[in-house]
Amino acid sequence: MTPLASYLLVAALLFAIGLGGALTRRSAILVLIGIELMLNAANLNLIAFWRYGPHPEALTGMMFAIFSIAVAAAEAAVGLGLVIAIYRHAQTTDVDKMNRMKG
Amino acid sequence: MSIPIFVISVLTVAGALAAMTLKNTIHCVLALTVAFAGVALLFLGLDAQFVGFAQILVYIGAVVILVVFAVLLTRSSETPEEGSHSRTWFTGLAISAGVFAVLGWAVLASVNGLPNETAAPDVNVHKIGNALMGRYVLPLEIVALLLTAATIGAVIVAMHEKARTK
Repeated sequence: MTPLASYLLVAALLFAIGLGGALTRRSAILVLIGIELMLNAANLNLIAFWRYGPHPEALTGMMFAIFSIAVAAAEAAVGLGLVIAIYRHAQTTDVDKMNRMKG
Repeated sequence: MSIPIFVISVLTVAGALAAMTLKNTIHCVLALTVAFAGVALLFLGLDAQFVGFAQILVYIGAVVILVVFAVLLTRSSETPEEGSHSRTWFTGLAISAGVFAVLGWAVLASVNGLPNETAAPDVNVHKIGNALMGRYVLPLEIVALLLTAATIGAVIVAMHEKARTK
């Protein structure tokens, strides 16, 4: 197996673990953590394709990964702010109990 | 795949698996740190030093700290008596297993068509800085705007409700 294929398999495994966590955990914080793991898997794919692709000196994949890390950080800040706001309102972070939009 | 990279991959996947299965939320966050550090080491192994150190700075330095703050502020470190996983956990597990099967099949089926340039790319921080300030300056400015908006938005969303009504 080529090195690129093994990196892609590791990234696929990370993505599947993150997706499974985001779908099965009760705590909203851990759902966000699952989404972060999926974003990390995508970054790993971008960097692996950049490293083994034809034109690494163009830096395209690396720039994609850098911007993706910045966007993921913004997403984490807003997401955790939302979790804290919901906790203050409903006294829970259990996504199974968040079943109405009216307060 | 060399042996160190294999060990790092196993550590990363084990950390991610622990972060998604452990009961105590604080333990989950600690396992998540291991997974993030493992991904950063994989970046270093892929000759992307800048992205690896950015990953350590942003994820381990900022995101994990934010998550720990959120866990402590919402007192969600105790396991709820109904369990830490949803009642429909089997469906979620089946969906993620299906997604992994499809992705793995796609990678293994196209393994001969994948590019395989073995020469290490000649990239240093100087070139990355030039690219960020030259060709990619517009995305950089948009990301700066996005981060400003996200900071203000996060503060406004998490602000105390009484303070907002004044």
